[in-house]
Order: sequence, then C-alpha cells, then structure tokens
Amino acid sequence: MGKHHTVLLRHIEHADQHTLTGYESRGGYQQIKKALALEPAKITEEVITSGLRGRGGAGFPTGKKWTFIPKGNTKPVYLINNADESEPGTFKDRVLLEKTPHQTLEGMMIAAWAVGAHWACVYIRGEYAFPYTRLQQAVKECYAKGYLGKNIFGSKFDLDIVIHRGAGAYICGEETGLIESLEGRKGQPRIKPPYFPAAIGVYDCPTIVNNVETLAAIPWIIEHGGEAYKAIGTEKSPGTKLFSASGHINKPGVYEVDMGYPLLLFLNEELGGVKGGKKLKAIIPGGSSMPVLRADELEGVTLDYESIQKAGSLLGSGGFIVMDESVDMAEAALNIARFYAHESCGQCTPCREGGHWIEKIFKRISRGSGKSGDVELIQSIAKQIEGQTICVFGEALAWPAQAFLKKFPEEFKALIEQAEKSEATPQKKRELLNVYYEGAH
Amino acid sequence: MSEHSQVKKLSDSAEKRVQEAIALYPSKRSAIMAALYIAQEELGWITDQAVAWVAERISTPPVQVREVATFYTMYYKKPVGKYHVQVCRTLSCALCRSQKLSQRFKERFGLNPGEVSSDGRWSFEEVECLGSCGTAPMCEINDTYFENLTVEKFDQVLSRIEAENPDLRYSTIEDRLGAGLAGLPKSEV
Repeated sequence: MGKHHTVLLRHIEHADQHTLTGYESRGGYQQIKKALALEPAKITEEVITSGLRGRGGAGFPTGKKWTFIPKGNTKPVYLINNADESEPGTFKDRVLLEKTPHQTLEGMMIAAWAVGAHWACVYIRGEYAFPYTRLQQAVKECYAKGYLGKNIFGSKFDLDIVIHRGAGAYICGEETGLIESLEGRKGQPRIKPPYFPAAIGVYDCPTIVNNVETLAAIPWIIEHGGEAYKAIGTEKSPGTKLFSASGHINKPGVYEVDMGYPLLLFLNEELGGVKGGKKLKAIIPGGSSMPVLRADELEGVTLDYESIQKAGSLLGSGGFIVMDESVDMAEAALNIARFYAHESCGQCTPCREGGHWIEKIFKRISRGSGKSGDVELIQSIAKQIEGQTICVFGEALAWPAQAFLKKFPEEFKALIEQAEKSEATPQKKRELLNVYYEGAH
Repeated sequence: MSEHSQVKKLSDSAEKRVQEAIALYPSKRSAIMAALYIAQEELGWITDQAVAWVAERISTPPVQVREVATFYTMYYKKPVGKYHVQVCRTLSCALCRSQKLSQRFKERFGLNPGEVSSDGRWSFEEVECLGSCGTAPMCEINDTYFENLTVEKFDQVLSRIEAENPDLRYSTIEDRLGAGLAGLPKSEV
C-alpha cells in the first residue's frame, strides 16, 4: 500500500488494537483530551474546515449537521452513532467495530463535547453480535478508567455511552427510523420536516446521528487539523473513504482509499481484478440501492461523490459489488428487488405495495413467464415510488430496478421474447407464479 | 388484560438484567428491545408470556410490545431449533453461489426455509445481507458467523456441531458468544 492515507484503518493490523491498552499504546484517547481543552465551537469549526461528509451514504457535511441544533436550546442533546450497517455489499463499519472500536468511541466523545451531549448511544445491527461484544468490552474499559461517566478524563464533562442492539430491520439505518426504534417502537421513519433530527430527534430532543466511519475520522481531524484532512482527496470530496469490495474479484475486503482515486485502478490493482480472468460486466459502486454501472461506463471514473454521480450512480456507503460476464442481470435485479420488497417498513403505500409488485414482475421475467410490457410496467411503478415516500427507501427500491432495465435492456427483452414464444402452457406459467407466492420469504 | 395480571417471573438473572437495561436509557420504553432479547434467551422465542413479562417490566400495554416483536426479524415468532442456521442469500453471497449452501442443508436435513427438525435440533432460514459480503458465501448459526464457506467447509461445520453438540444456543452476548466450537472461530473456518 502506501498509495493512500490511513485515517481510519490506522493500526488495525495489530492484534490488540481493539483493547484499551493497545489503542492507547498507539496514541489513542489523546485527541479527546486535546478536544476537552478547546471550546466546543472550535471543534465543530475544525470539522467544518475538514470538509468531512457523512459516510453512512448520504454524504451530508458532518460539521454543518452539528450546527443544526437550535440556538437557545434548553433540552438535553443526544448523540447517536449509527452502526446499523445493513446496505447489501457494505461491511466497513463492522471492520472498524471489530478491530478498533475505541476509535469510533473516541470520535463520539469528541462529537459529544462539540454538540453538548451527555448521553450517547451506538445503535448496532442485531446480527453484529461479535462487534457488539467488542464494543461492550471497549465501553466497559472506558468506564473503569474514568473515560466515560462523570467528569471524563478529569474534566467537568459527563458522558454516558450505551450500546443499543437492533434486531434485524434494514430501515433502522435511516436516521429517523433508528430514532423510532431507539424509543422502543417499530423502526418506521418520521415524516419530514423537520429534515434533521438535530431539531427534533430522540425523545423529542435535539439529536445528532453520525455513522461509525464518520465518527472514526474525527480523532485524526483533531490531531492533524481540518486543513490536513481537506488536503487529502478531492476538493468536494475530501479525505479517505472505506470501500467494502465483494463479488467476483480476487481480493475482496475493506479498503481505505483517498477520494478521487481512479475506479478501474482500484479494481485492477487493489482488488486484484476480476476473478478467474473473466471479463467485467458491471459494478455497483455504493451499495445495492445505487444504480448499477456497465463495464463500458467506468473509464475515467474516480472514487468520489462527484465523479460517480456524473457516471450515473452514487458513492453511497461505498459497497463496491463486482459482477463478471457470467452474471444473469435479470437474476441480479430480482435479488435486489426481493431484498427491498422484504425490507420495506410498510408505512407508505407506494413502497409497501410497489416493492412486492416489482419483485413479482422481475420474478416472472427471470423464470420464463415474462410478458411484453413488463419492462415498461416496472419503470412506471418505480417512477411512482420514487419521491413519493416518507424516506429515501423509496429511491433505494426504485433506483436499482430502473438502472438494471436501462443498462441491460437486451437481456430482459430476450427473456420476455423467449417466454412469449415458449411452448409452456398458461397452466405451467401459473404454476411458476404460485411457487413464488408460496415460497415468498 | 388477564395475561398482564398473571405474569410469571423469569429467572433472577433475567430480572436483574432487565432492570440494568432500563437504567441505561433516559426513557424506560427504550429498553423494550433489550427486554425482548432477554426474554427470548430464556424462553426460546417470543411467547405470550414473554410479551406479558416485557410489558410489565417496561410498564407498557402488551400490544405495544407485540408490535415491536413482530416488526423485527430477530425476535422469533415461533420456536427455532437448538441450532438456527441462517444462510445469506443477498447479492454478494448469491454471486458467490450461496444457493449451494442452502441446497446442501436441504439435502442433509430435509428442511426448507422456516422449518424446524422434528427433534428440535435444527432450523433453517435463508436471510438477507448479514454484512459479510467480502467473505461470501456465509451463514450465521445462532450468534456466530461462519464465513468464506464452500459446500465442504459448511458440511464440516455441520458435522462438528452434530458430533460435539456445542452450546451455541442463544449465547448471551457478553460471555458465551461462539463458545463450544473450539478450533472453529468466526472468519477462520
């Protein structure tokens, strides 16, 4: 390596980095001490200067988010570390939580001081049992040393951190869904406005929700300064980003990359290229809710928010899924459609009904019962979901469906033509659909 | 509600843990999810008794607890096997042939997704993304991830569980996680 800065994965090669002793032996918890000696506003200013953008998927400027707490607020302020990593193809937060849990905790402490929160919580997805134990252990170590609780690090600042375990609902990654869940309800996102929980969040109090990776970058920013962070990456996408690479590649895993690094270089060098010498067919650059890109659309694309958006997708969570020439795109589209149909929280009609409808049509196309007009029907349903729901899950459902149809029309067309010519009787085709209904979930 | 007035106590440890969970939050109701986990570990799944117990501890109507329990997939609405095998089927795992793991499980135990073996030992589910895409295909058995699987490795894991009968059931998060399957820690199968 050496090509990229290591802001986030510093020291993870050390086997004891997850322990307090290991973390402190490599400079851990020096930055919270430094921060506590500074004015909270100075911390926020430094984070604004750094240009750090939220790493959960939306890419909203972190420092700016912190300033949205209403002026003259008299209620308690809460801080939530969003560790509900559930976007298919994404497993970067898991690496941070398992290998260096104290880093994101130190980031939380600094953020809590900056925004004036005395109660903070990590909302971790329920399936992450092992990272949960690592976090629990880390928090326990902090309490034992006085790094959490009353007067942390001997200051006048009190801070409690609680680890809250989710229970298997994708939607709880959406910040208002997460807040509902944390309040002991179904994780159904809240109606906007208010657009930011910084105004009204958990228990109706101002709440800042940041992703694990975002918070893990904070100690480095305090150590080296906002300007130093901004000097990495591109002008509009500063810093480094974690990419979770999976699918048909030689070296899957989590990589820290300077923003603006060429996508094809990343694929062919860091990831060792497509597995088995096969040809690249497509990639999804930002987790499964982001539009798929064909191999011929990748030339000149760089790994940053702007370049990927220009290419027709989004950086999202950095879940980088690679598909080789053998992949049947109708199957891939169905797989993703099934995921989103399954994970809809059921609150908004277009998403709740539309998701299953889209899944059903993809299913019949890929199982040889497609009909002419099916492609147009999916496009029309997707269009009626997009922008018509309380949260962006509607887009997460609509975008990949639209993109697969748009990017690989010939595959869907061929399957439908074949189905229409096929000898299968209407009875046979109905059976295929019944299998779907009975086998659903 | 009559079930509310006849709530049986759970073990002392469960009673203690639920009070500790409640103390962590600014509002009592936030402890519903933790309380459901505690009840499920003890009772095996979310029974009516579990709902009533949680409702009483959190001071909320049982219907509110049931609403939460049914929304989240990790609260079991019916009994699961001692070894609850969940194979991930989402895109990255599917690209790495996770279907073969599911097929193998069906062949070996004759169970379809959602079914429990008659002796209560095994249950099987195909689930959505578990955040283990770089080590696909994978499965989760109770709280333990088994990653970078092939059909052969998957078979080995199942055989060892059959032979060693390890205590993986509802491993409480803090101290018994993954216990009992020595030599086969997560990620290194």
